[in-house]
Amino acid sequence: MSSVVSSKAADSPAAKSPPTIIRTDQHIVEIVSDSGEGAQKCGQIFGTVSAKMGNGVWTVEIIPAEIQPPARDIDGASGNRIRIGSSRITNWGDQANTVVAFNEQALLGRHRVDALADDAVIFMENMWAEHPDADVREQWVSALRELRQKPYRIVEVPMEKQCLTIVENPTLGKNMFVLGMLAWIYNLDHDLVCEQIALTFKGKSKAIYDANVGLLDLGMKWASENVDFRVEVPPQLATDQQMVVMNGNQAIALGAVASGMELAAMYPITPATSASHYLAEMFEKFGGVVHQAEDEIAAAGVATGASYSGKVAFTITSGPGLALKTEFLGMSVMAEIPLVLIDVQRGGPATGLPTKVEQSDLLAALFGQPGDAPHIVMAPSTIEECFHIMVTARKLAETFRTLVVVLSDANLATGVQPFPRPQLDAAWFAPAIDLSAVPEGTKPFDWDPQTGLSRRILPGQPNGMHTLTGLSHDERGVIAYTNEVHTRSTTMRSRKMAVLQSMLETPVVNGDPSGDLLVVGWGSTKGAIEEAVERAKAQGHSVSSMNLTFISPLPPGLKAIFQRFKKVMTVEINYSDDLNDPYITEENRRRGQLCFLLRASTLVDVDCWTRVPGEPLRPGAIHDAILANLPKGAAR
Amino acid sequence: MTTEACSLLTLAPDDMREFTWGDYAKSVPRWCPGCGDHSVLTSVQRLMADEGIAPENTMVVSGIGCSSRFPHYMQTYGFHGLHGRALPVATGIKLHRPDLNVFVVMGDGDCVSIGAGHWIHATRYNTNMVAMMLDNNVYGLTKNQTSPTTPQGHKTMTQPRGSYLPPMNPIQTMLGVSNVSFVAQTAEWLPPHLFATLKAAYNHKGFSFIRILQRCPKFTDDVFAGFIQHPEEVQLLEHENGVHVSALERTHKNHLAHDPSDMAAARQLAEPSEFARLGVFYRNDDCPTYDETRHVPAHGTEEKMKLLTEEFDRHAI
Repeated sequence: MSSVVSSKAADSPAAKSPPTIIRTDQHIVEIVSDSGEGAQKCGQIFGTVSAKMGNGVWTVEIIPAEIQPPARDIDGASGNRIRIGSSRITNWGDQANTVVAFNEQALLGRHRVDALADDAVIFMENMWAEHPDADVREQWVSALRELRQKPYRIVEVPMEKQCLTIVENPTLGKNMFVLGMLAWIYNLDHDLVCEQIALTFKGKSKAIYDANVGLLDLGMKWASENVDFRVEVPPQLATDQQMVVMNGNQAIALGAVASGMELAAMYPITPATSASHYLAEMFEKFGGVVHQAEDEIAAAGVATGASYSGKVAFTITSGPGLALKTEFLGMSVMAEIPLVLIDVQRGGPATGLPTKVEQSDLLAALFGQPGDAPHIVMAPSTIEECFHIMVTARKLAETFRTLVVVLSDANLATGVQPFPRPQLDAAWFAPAIDLSAVPEGTKPFDWDPQTGLSRRILPGQPNGMHTLTGLSHDERGVIAYTNEVHTRSTTMRSRKMAVLQSMLETPVVNGDPSGDLLVVGWGSTKGAIEEAVERAKAQGHSVSSMNLTFISPLPPGLKAIFQRFKKVMTVEINYSDDLNDPYITEENRRRGQLCFLLRASTLVDVDCWTRVPGEPLRPGAIHDAILANLPKGAAR
Repeated sequence: MTTEACSLLTLAPDDMREFTWGDYAKSVPRWCPGCGDHSVLTSVQRLMADEGIAPENTMVVSGIGCSSRFPHYMQTYGFHGLHGRALPVATGIKLHRPDLNVFVVMGDGDCVSIGAGHWIHATRYNTNMVAMMLDNNVYGLTKNQTSPTTPQGHKTMTQPRGSYLPPMNPIQTMLGVSNVSFVAQTAEWLPPHLFATLKAAYNHKGFSFIRILQRCPKFTDDVFAGFIQHPEEVQLLEHENGVHVSALERTHKNHLAHDPSDMAAARQLAEPSEFARLGVFYRNDDCPTYDETRHVPAHGTEEKMKLLTEEFDRHAI
């Protein structure tokens, strides 16, 4: 049974005993509302201030697919989850401990996906209990009935009524009142909060700033008079290191600038587009252009043409766009034109889950191009890596004259995390190539027979005239369909991958280099996997983990590492069959996408645990999977 | 005809090279004897020699199809890409190198079928380039399938009882697109007209679209035969801002004065008629070009580092 704390006291503050202090090394806050009520803004400020105070932070947006779904909608919850910790936080965690809900329907949405801890404290706007519409009152009662199935502690808050005491339109200011409540509970630095409010409303009038700070203070006052606990997450991170905070798409955009990219060719698609929004705002300052093409294919085409002529260009998309660009990706490989493609993965197939995370594009990114099209596929695992991977991607695309696919995902795209401010390097801005004359007779594909590498020639270079073609061609770019030419050119393109593989480092095993179970992941699951492994290790289990940045080519040494573990299992956000399901056998089981790849490339009997929940994996769920998948006879 | 200066690369003042048509030729074309592509190739080479264009500053971009082999026969830079996708590639090239002379060669399947979306939008972008659609009314390279411009009733391998639909009218389509800046039609069997039209297109700053009526001796030998045998069925649109071809004065007497700045008249003339109308339907030299609109001044590394540092400051905590 949940206990409902009446907040009548709010109207007549009575003397109360000092609040209980809950001291913990990590805590999760969720703020949910209808779209447009400002819960996200509130969450962002809360996260940023916590980071400034030296806490580890991971913020993730809870976003509906629609711009403004119907009000009070169970599936329309909009808001933030903010996980704060004493030390570095690498993922969104398990279940929320403190929840603020602007209405009970948005809250139900979170309750039903098991996002709230049993002992969560829920602060809930209670204006709906006395709403003039009988249906709304009925929904309130029935929601409370459902919520009481869990032992949550529900605190009713007269948010609207409180806000009305100082503003005329409370719907626009409730979020600041809530921020005030949280600021009191988590003991946020008042000056830092005001600083963030000022930044958030930069360019607006002083009156607006004052009204927001007024609401903030009102929320703090209300909490101080009505909430009987406070949470302390002692910050242990040094605050002297210069940090930046952003989401993964912003990091990709800044990475594009820092890596010397000059053209982003794109077509609007969720969840990739926010990177282009940011670029559209600031890219031109750096001499860059965002070209919004008429479709995904054209975006890839414009990037390809620009890159061929010497611009440093990339294209950015999500699953359905990846499908459309496929032909140009093959063209880039065949004609050896450097091209960087960012795929911010969402759920699929087809249009799938536009705003939600999945890692189901891996095999499409690797093998989606018809014909033999060897190319590079990489996946950043943190928001910080989203920045640096752009520098690497450009360098590799140009050095190897090929396609580089970068697989980010919706978790990184919308997750916000502080990380050390990157050291920038002016050398990253270097132009693609100089335009001086090449020796007469220079061939456009003068493959080094050892490495398959060849020198790029750009239009405008005297003596370099040639025609690139997507048809089979020889060193001169001349169309040729003979066995000899096609076999040789295919070999040369493939050889480049082996050369890159020979330069890669063997991935680091997180934990003991041998043991009972090795959990292998790729991309954004790194933080959650490592946290789950730490928990299992703390319980005495022999578990290690590994995250792969390079998926094509795979780094060296994997088989040797795998053989040092009794069992190897991938953890991925994509689909795999469950052996307990009807018809599923060892023979017909469809496995996780990385699992499929690792089995094929190492001949090790790699298992997998994968899920497609439309949300990031929770470390608790991975931890459970680890315990369930420890090999027989595993040490304790 | 206006010959407004374009910001295209011409020879440097100290570059004394002179070019002949042959300087732009490379390898023997593998088109069928009697194919209209030969005529277009020669006219483009003649234009380049006439304009004194440096081969290394020229890009020929094509898609896939018979006519898209074009760049392989040119001693310039070439991009023989994907079916229907020549225009996005050319747009990308111009975004980086607005100074390069870019010629785009597409067939009818390329341009108005699989690449139709790009065609409409390339017109809207108005990137400074010459886009030629070599329209033989059929898919030739894949051996005789109906294209959007195939005459209704014409038998092909995919529509053996005759093409079902009335053909598309590319000129009409172009004249409905906002920001359209140059639309012309010519025919490969009238090389002087083809050359004059190419020259007008090249000297127009913007997206110069030319539909070139072109015979396919294998599959559509008949569709233009009437116009070839009866020159009076070819109506030449003439104006000082369009093209005037004195070489055709004796053979082609069906003239119509048409001011290409008159969009309403252009639209009327573009409607289906018993005549093949050749000439410049429409031109507007004042439309901003995409390569100019999107041109962003280059910045030095030092300045970029400073700006990037400031950008990171916005995210600093």
